[in-house]
Amino acid sequence: MPPVAAARPRLVVAGAWAAFAVLLGLFPVVFTNPTVTTIGVFTLVYMTAAVAWNSFAGYSGYVALGHAVFFGTGAYTMALVSTHWNFAAGYTMFALVPAGGVVAALMAIPFGLIALRTRRHTFVVITIAVFFVVQLLAFNLGFTQGSSGVQVPTPTWGATQYNNSFYYVTLGVLAFALAISAAIRRSRFGLQLLAIRDDEDRARGLGVKVQRVKLLSFMVSAVPVGMVGAIYAFFIGQIFPQFAFDPLFDVTVALMAFFGGLGTLSGPLLGALVLEPIQQYLTLQYSVGSVYLVIYGALFLLVILVMPRGIVPTLAERVAARRERTQAARLVGEDPGVPPVVDVGSPVGASR
Amino acid sequence: MSALLEVRGISKSFGGLQALQDCSLTVEDGSITALIGPNGSGKTTLFNIITGYVTPDSGTVTVAGADVTGARPDQIFARGLGRTFQLTRIFGRLTVLENMLVATQRKEGWLRSVLRPAASELEQRRAYELLDFVGLTRLASARAGTLSYGQRKLLELAYVLVADPAVILLDEPAGGVNPTLINQIRDRITELNGQGKTFLVIEHNMEFVMSLSHQVTCMHQGTPIITGPPEVVQSDHRVLDAYLGGADEEEEDDVAVG
Amino acid sequence: MGTSIVEAIIDGILTGGVYALMAAGLTLIFGVMDIINIAQGIFVVLGAYLSYALSVHAGIDPFLGLLITIPALFVIGLGVEWGFIRRLREGDRTAMSILVTYAVSIIIEGVLNMTFSVNYVQIHAWYVNRSVHILGFYLADIYLFGFAMAAVLLVALYALLYRTRFGASVRAALQDRTAARLVGIDVRRVSTVSFGIGVAVTAAGGMIFGATNAFNASSSYDLISRLLAIVILGGLGSMGGALLSAVFMLVLEDVVAVVWSPIWATAVFFAALVVVLSVRPAGFFGRQVARAQ
Repeated sequence: MPPVAAARPRLVVAGAWAAFAVLLGLFPVVFTNPTVTTIGVFTLVYMTAAVAWNSFAGYSGYVALGHAVFFGTGAYTMALVSTHWNFAAGYTMFALVPAGGVVAALMAIPFGLIALRTRRHTFVVITIAVFFVVQLLAFNLGFTQGSSGVQVPTPTWGATQYNNSFYYVTLGVLAFALAISAAIRRSRFGLQLLAIRDDEDRARGLGVKVQRVKLLSFMVSAVPVGMVGAIYAFFIGQIFPQFAFDPLFDVTVALMAFFGGLGTLSGPLLGALVLEPIQQYLTLQYSVGSVYLVIYGALFLLVILVMPRGIVPTLAERVAARRERTQAARLVGEDPGVPPVVDVGSPVGASR
Repeated sequence: MSALLEVRGISKSFGGLQALQDCSLTVEDGSITALIGPNGSGKTTLFNIITGYVTPDSGTVTVAGADVTGARPDQIFARGLGRTFQLTRIFGRLTVLENMLVATQRKEGWLRSVLRPAASELEQRRAYELLDFVGLTRLASARAGTLSYGQRKLLELAYVLVADPAVILLDEPAGGVNPTLINQIRDRITELNGQGKTFLVIEHNMEFVMSLSHQVTCMHQGTPIITGPPEVVQSDHRVLDAYLGGADEEEEDDVAVG
Repeated sequence: MGTSIVEAIIDGILTGGVYALMAAGLTLIFGVMDIINIAQGIFVVLGAYLSYALSVHAGIDPFLGLLITIPALFVIGLGVEWGFIRRLREGDRTAMSILVTYAVSIIIEGVLNMTFSVNYVQIHAWYVNRSVHILGFYLADIYLFGFAMAAVLLVALYALLYRTRFGASVRAALQDRTAARLVGIDVRRVSTVSFGIGVAVTAAGGMIFGATNAFNASSSYDLISRLLAIVILGGLGSMGGALLSAVFMLVLEDVVAVVWSPIWATAVFFAALVVVLSVRPAGFFGRQVARAQ
């Protein structure tokens, strides 16, 4: 792509990111209703998780359905450490958020060593299996206090500030996750992940240490998920095995990434931003029945059938196709020996 | 000339199928060695063993005197041994330039690999040079999946060259490629050979093999049956017999097939 | 202790037969279409609810009711395949199939929750709480009946796959979709029908499941994770593997429950999968994929 043509879109993209950041920052200032800000916190939690999940699964092509293990690990780290060492229920509790991320990354080592030996379907299923083993451990090990769950100290700050503190801390973690995902995408490491996605064996033959790259990516993606898990435990005030290690979490996060556009930076963000408020709203609205399950499932099916590659790639394709058309004539005339470039749009991984 | 790549007594069986039987082969430094033989004679299996994709049951592979038997593909590649595949294997959803950069070797820790950009100025320039060499510069930002078959072959050759390997293994470089591109590929190989690169080439196109190689080995049922200069091998009756599936009096009887 | 272990083994074999049937459907769908049907769990529950409704509201015996529920689930399977699965693009159908069938699964879950509430129910019939005394062991009738039914249906499935022209096409598609297409097999039609058959067997499995367990719609999560573990352990696409691993896993679980604790039985179930796969990444009978080409 010629640099002149690229300059303008790049500026537009940067502007859009800045505007987005400002909007997210101002959200709790504009909307003060606790119900709304609670939805805001949950949305940020899922946005972070989706972005982090995508930085592994989207780039490497390994659809992992076990990241709830990291979420739960983060949640239990927060709950158990804070109760064991009698943390004062104030802002110091947030110091345990990075700890949640680190412990989650440590969990990712044995998990990854087992799961990443397998590929495709087997990998998907083994992540599910590991997830269930870990959930059962949470139910049955002594120090997790089993199904009675763990109480987390309740924050001391007032009701109006309550949600806002969580909101901004989560926003910070989201920025961290996005920075990681963006850095990976433009790094050599990210290129190796994308190569693994396209043809793992070939990548090995070109000197890529695939096992190391996959495991590292798996660990890195666990960190933000563990961090929001820790925030979640503190926010909710008590955790139970079935909620900290929730099978729905895995699929929801994957769904959000697919919905927005797998392997893109903004796709998972957008997917979570659209889906999580809908899910929260539907849950609140139809708390008795299971209408929300039906609506949610139907909505998702509809999107898959209309935009099978997710929102961001589909839109990016449309934009790129228009730009292509203006250049096509020039390209065809240039050299009859080489067929014209039939680019269907920017590569999946490159759209922002 | 000295032996750069040496295969000694390699045997490999898959289940009941004896793919390779006591197979030995020497590739001289700076030569172009061709590997011919009917389908199923074990040529690609031998490639897979040399490049670490398959572990042999017995025998050794040495590169420049160092034993690399059983090493992983990425380790073999790092030792300066690159290969292409019979059915081209490129990264379809990456751009042509990104394909080139995947093969770029760099000694760096994991943290640096995450933090540093995918390619330095120098590496990009090197990638463009090689794309220029194979005539794909104009397609640098095209998605590799949109290339024609022949262009893929060229891209595969180009990104193997990125790491500047001493030995290059080509699996049917001319297979399924139109005559214009065949000549282009042949010229590139000759040029690289002039610069000191060593080649081991699997090929069925006899004209291509004969005009290119210094040494030809014909394989039959997992064993090399004759090695020599192209003219000699071409006129040897055993080669014809192997291709026609005729009985071969020197064939070992215990080669199990099926 | 000794007697109870033997009893646990027998129970494991009997229930394993029923799981084998459900897993055979899942692995058939996988083998032919290269997709994972996450909705298999909810289809089992749907089958159980259909049998339950027929027996409660129409007084139809659950086994007799299968004459209605099996065709019903077959048709639902055809519909899902035709409506969604076949619309997936070739490139990423495996990943997308997981999400699509999951979406189908939660829609059905929602509908079931609204129709039957989230309260647990169980299918009742005269033989459900009876047991027979054979050679010093007490065996529940329902287990015996269920095993017999599963065996009959598995034999029928085997006959369909190995004795009919349609079965030959299915097996061709199992081996290689592209090659099957090249020799003139209508792979799309074979896929649709295979999906229908794969789903239909859950009606029978679901009936036994519903008669031996109290269930609600969320039982599907437990079911699908077990079924997936079974087919992966057996080797995806391998019918015989699914059969053997179903029996192996259920026996293992039952024995662990007796000798150790029921709490850890399920954990052992999944741990066994993890252990086996770290030794044989393609499962017991899966094609061990070569590393290159």
